[in-house]
Amino acid sequence: MDYGLKPLGREKLWLWLMLVPTIIGLVFGTIGSLFATLGLSLFDWDLINPPTWVGIDNYVALFQNENYIEAFVNTLKFSALYVPGVVIISLLLAVLLNRKMRGVGIFRTIYFLPTVTSAVATALVWNMIYGKETGILNFMLESLGMTPICWLCTDNAMMSVVIVNIWGAIGEGMIIFLAGLTAIPRDYYEAASLDGANNFQQFLRVTLPLVTPSIFFQTLISAINAFQAYDYIYMLTRRGQGDSSVPVAVYSIYRNAFHFFRMGDASAQAIQLALLVGVFMAIMFWWERHYVVYE
Amino acid sequence: MSRSFTKTILDITVYAVLIIGALTMLIPFVWMLSVSLREPAQQYARIIIPTPVTLQNYLDLFKDLPDQAFIYLTFNSFKISILTVVGQVLTCAMAAFVFAIVKFKGRDFLFALLVATLMIPPQVSLIPNFIIFKYLGWIGTQLPLIIPAFWGGAFGTFLLRQYFLTIPRDLVDAARMDGASLFDIFWRVYMPLSKPAVAALSIFVFKDAWNDLLHPLVYLPTDMHQTTLTVGLAFFQQQLQAGGKFTVLMAGAFLSIVPLLIIFFIAQKQFIEGIALSGVKR
Repeated sequence: MDYGLKPLGREKLWLWLMLVPTIIGLVFGTIGSLFATLGLSLFDWDLINPPTWVGIDNYVALFQNENYIEAFVNTLKFSALYVPGVVIISLLLAVLLNRKMRGVGIFRTIYFLPTVTSAVATALVWNMIYGKETGILNFMLESLGMTPICWLCTDNAMMSVVIVNIWGAIGEGMIIFLAGLTAIPRDYYEAASLDGANNFQQFLRVTLPLVTPSIFFQTLISAINAFQAYDYIYMLTRRGQGDSSVPVAVYSIYRNAFHFFRMGDASAQAIQLALLVGVFMAIMFWWERHYVVYE
Repeated sequence: MSRSFTKTILDITVYAVLIIGALTMLIPFVWMLSVSLREPAQQYARIIIPTPVTLQNYLDLFKDLPDQAFIYLTFNSFKISILTVVGQVLTCAMAAFVFAIVKFKGRDFLFALLVATLMIPPQVSLIPNFIIFKYLGWIGTQLPLIIPAFWGGAFGTFLLRQYFLTIPRDLVDAARMDGASLFDIFWRVYMPLSKPAVAALSIFVFKDAWNDLLHPLVYLPTDMHQTTLTVGLAFFQQQLQAGGKFTVLMAGAFLSIVPLLIIFFIAQKQFIEGIALSGVKR
C-alpha cells in the first residue's frame, strides 16, 4: 500500500477541502463529543441555569440511583439473552442454508425481511400478536392446551422483547455467517468425509473452527447492538408516563437528558455505556487472540 | 442406497426446520397485512384471510390522522432519508477517495482515528449535539437530522475506501497523463466506476434514516406535520391504546415498510453484499 497519488500544487488545498466534512464530523460528531460528554458529566446542568461544577458526584450518584441500576442491570440481562440467541440461531440457519438445495434464495429473503423493515412498524404488529386476551400467540397456546401468558407484563416483558429483537436480527447474522461459510474450501469436507466423519462431526471439527472469525465478528456486533437496544423496547414496553417496564441504559440516558434535562446525569450514564462497550471489546479482542483461527 | 436414504431424511428434516422458521419470520408481516385489510370490528379475529377484504383502512389513514398528517409524515421521511443519502454518499466518497488514493502526511493517522470512532456509541454524541443544535436554534427543525449526514462517517468512508482500493491504479496514471486534476479523477473516474458500492451504501443509509426512531424523537416536535413516519406511527399507536381502530394503524405500518420492501426486492444483491462487506452499522 505504498503507492499513492501525489497532489500537485494547489491540489494540496483540494485534498483538505475534500476532507473538511469528515474533520467536522470528527470534531463535532464523534471524538469531540466524546470529550464534551466527558466534560458535561462533571457538571450539573439543566440547560437553563448556568452549569455548576460537581466533579465526580454524578458518577457516585449513579451507584445510589435505583432506576439507573435497574436500567443497567436490564441492559446486561438483555445482552446475555440476546447475544447468544442471535449468534447461535443465525449460525445454525446459515449452516442449513449453505447446502446445495432448491429454494435457498427464497428462505434467505424471508429470514432477511425483518432486517429491512423498521422496528417501529413491526413492533406495532408484535404488540397485537402479544396481546393478552386478543393476541394470536395466546390463541395458539390455548389451542395447544397451555395457559395464556401476559407477554408484555413486567414479569415476562424482558423475554418477549428479547424474542422480538432476535427475530429482527438473525437475518443479518445469517448473511455474515453465510459469507464465512462459503469461504471454507470444499476439499476440507471431502477429506473429512473420506476419513469417515459424519455430518455432525464435520460441523464440529471443520465448520466450527473455521467459522470462528465470523463468530467473533457477529458476537461483537450483536453485543454492541444489544448495549444500544432501544427501538423495540421503546415500542413494546413504554407506559403512559413515558417510562418503561423494561428500562435499559439507552432509555435511561434518553429520559434523563430530554425529559428531565439532567444533562450531567445523562452524560455520566452515556460515558458508562461507552465504558461498557470498551471493556467488552477489550475482552473480545483478548478472546480473538487466543481462540479465533485465521487461515 | 443407504447413503442416499440418509441424505433424503436429512434433506426433509432441513426443509421442515427451515419452513417452520420461515413461517415464524413471516407471521408478523402476514398478520400486519391481514389486519389492515379487515373491517375494524374484526380486528382481533383469528383469521388470516379477511371476509370481506376491504381497503377502507388505507383510505381512513388519511382521514383518521387529522390534516392529511400521513402525507406529511411520508413526505418528511422521504425528504430526510434522501438528503441523508446524498450527504453521506458525497462526503464519505470524497474522504474515501483521499484515504484510498492520495498520498499525504497524516493520512494513516487520520484514517485510524476515523475507524476508531466506530467504537463510540451514538448515544455519546447525542447530548453534546443536542446542546449545540439548541444554541443554533435548530431544535424543532429538521436540520439536526440532515446536517450531520453531511459530515461523513466511519462506516460509509470505510466501505467506499475498500471498494476504491480494488480499482486498478493504471486508470489514475492514465488520467494523470491526460492532465486530469485530483478532483477530476475522483469525479470522472472513481465515482462512475463505483456504482455498486455507492448503491450498497445508499441503500444502507436510506434504510437507517427511514427507520430511525431515536433522533427524530429527540429533535423533532411531536407535530404530525413536522416529524417522520416512525415517530408519527408510534404517536398514533399511543393515542389508540384504549381499543381504537388497529386496522388503520396496521395499514399505516404496512405502507411505511413498502418503500424499503420495494428497494429490497429490486436491489437484494447490493443489500446483502453491503452487509457481508462490513456488517458494521453506522
